Amino acid sequence: MDKRDVSRAERPSPGKKRGSRLRHHNFLGGLAGWLWLIVVLLPIYWIVITSFKVQSDYYATNPLLPPTSPTLENYRFVLENDFVRYFVNSVIVTVGSVGPAVLVSFMAAYAIVRGSAASRFLRGVNGLFLMGLAIPLQAVIIPIYLIIIKLQMYDTLGAIILPSLAFAIPLSVLVLGNFVRDVPKELFESMRMDGATEWGTLWRLAFPLTRPALVTVTIYQGLTVWNGFILPLILTQSPEQRTLPLALWSFQGQYSVNIPAVLASVVLTTLPILTLYIIGRRQLLSGLTAGFSK
Amino acid sequence: MTIAPPVVQTAPPSATSGGRSGSVTWMAWPALVAFVGFGVVPLIGVLLLSFTSWNRLSQDIPFTGLDSWRSVLSDPGLPHALWVTFLIMALSWLFQTPISLLLGVFIAAQKRYRSVLAVLFFVPLLLSQAAISITYKALLDPNFGLGAGLGWPFLQQDWLGDSTLALGVVVFVVSWQFIPFHTLIYQGGVRQIPASMYEAAQIDGAGRVRQFFSITLPQLKYTIITSSTLMVVGSLTFFDLIWVLTAGGPGDATRALAVDMYQRGFKADLMGPASAIAVILVLVGLALALGLRRLGGRDASSSQLEGV
Repeated sequence: MDKRDVSRAERPSPGKKRGSRLRHHNFLGGLAGWLWLIVVLLPIYWIVITSFKVQSDYYATNPLLPPTSPTLENYRFVLENDFVRYFVNSVIVTVGSVGPAVLVSFMAAYAIVRGSAASRFLRGVNGLFLMGLAIPLQAVIIPIYLIIIKLQMYDTLGAIILPSLAFAIPLSVLVLGNFVRDVPKELFESMRMDGATEWGTLWRLAFPLTRPALVTVTIYQGLTVWNGFILPLILTQSPEQRTLPLALWSFQGQYSVNIPAVLASVVLTTLPILTLYIIGRRQLLSGLTAGFSK
Repeated sequence: MTIAPPVVQTAPPSATSGGRSGSVTWMAWPALVAFVGFGVVPLIGVLLLSFTSWNRLSQDIPFTGLDSWRSVLSDPGLPHALWVTFLIMALSWLFQTPISLLLGVFIAAQKRYRSVLAVLFFVPLLLSQAAISITYKALLDPNFGLGAGLGWPFLQQDWLGDSTLALGVVVFVVSWQFIPFHTLIYQGGVRQIPASMYEAAQIDGAGRVRQFFSITLPQLKYTIITSSTLMVVGSLTFFDLIWVLTAGGPGDATRALAVDMYQRGFKADLMGPASAIAVILVLVGLALALGLRRLGGRDASSSQLEGV
């Protein structure tokens, strides 16, 4: 049931050797590849080295050379400016929305796969989520703002959590549904013979078999919420409720004369997500490929 | 990070159920309630609000009929915003597609450095658009940025202060973030092309370039359409990046639809007209998605396996 193995097996294997020898001389592609790598890495390299420069160094030296006297001063400055609070806010918002979103999406995906044949209602729900993929968050932000005000949740972390949760659902249901659908029918049958309830089957059969997809969906939605900007911008106002991207933005406005400090804050907000990526990248990349090409 | 709502090929729900659907239906309810509450209701709400003159100071929401629509449609700001949106869409498509295609083909075949390259390529996709925009803003600063530091006249232009250049920067920064994603899609597409086709072409004496244009490109037709749909529809919703990078400026040079909506609604406090813009945003997105889908033929999913 491992999706990675499936996709690997689907790759054309006969004649692979000859094909790859042939493709090795892809000069243009190679050139483009390495050029683009420079385009990708140069700004990142610049952010990192500049974040260790003292201000006078920043103005005086070649911007692409590493700092002559590296300093952690910028990082100290950022950390003293409530970075930890924004970080905690971001964690609360991300975990608080993605956790429940993936859970309810998994349940819905299971229900749709198991029940659609007999239930017109579930087919309708499935259709609704498919259409929901096309609703852009930006286009419905005004009514969401109104709803949040009416719920008296304006300027709370909950105001960011609820819409984030809702907008993570359609894609999660779609991807998870595709994976639950791959569970052999016979396994469901034998669970039923053993007298398992649907709830039990969901947890003891579908959950372990869908786990790679669950991890992928969680990482992907986590990334989206973690980097979210427009919801915190519109639904909160006090500095105490800021999440990292928004804090970064206001920090930039406040300290735009101190570019090394601004860039240190960029590094600090990016570091957690980069760490997670390094740990979970295989899962993420293979899951994304499988999820999008299914 | 905003990734466009993916238009993924879907299979109809299969008949795995033994007919005891009554006991599973409730499991769909929590997701349904959450999504209806913050997805479907707001979608209806934005249409209704476009017929009102709600401002945030008043408690009530006065119904004003077509007033908002009249003011938006007669405002020269709307054609301009549509034009800017279209420019960003078209230019970023033109910029991203060839590069992603080339990189996708390259990474799919490359054995030695493939994994390393794939890992590094992916990094821009992880960064928030706020972080990326802040970085480029500093990097392109005419007085203190990279150009000034290196003394390169080309880089030392007022990138974000000039209308044409600012639009170009938006397109470039968008591409910088999303080319990795589309490369991934193309990489997947290339892997699905059967190697036997290349062997046959080789026997027929077709060279590399010929193979690319006669096999790779036609075989990737549906991948190109999927990727283009995501690019085009996704570009409608660019907000974070533009807002942090240029705030719609200089003047209104990069004031795309989503930015226009934010400025009318949350800056000028004209929620009615802003809602009308949001409705237009949804309609344009739907029209584009449907149009591209027609272009690709009805059944884009199964045809990837053709010719096996």
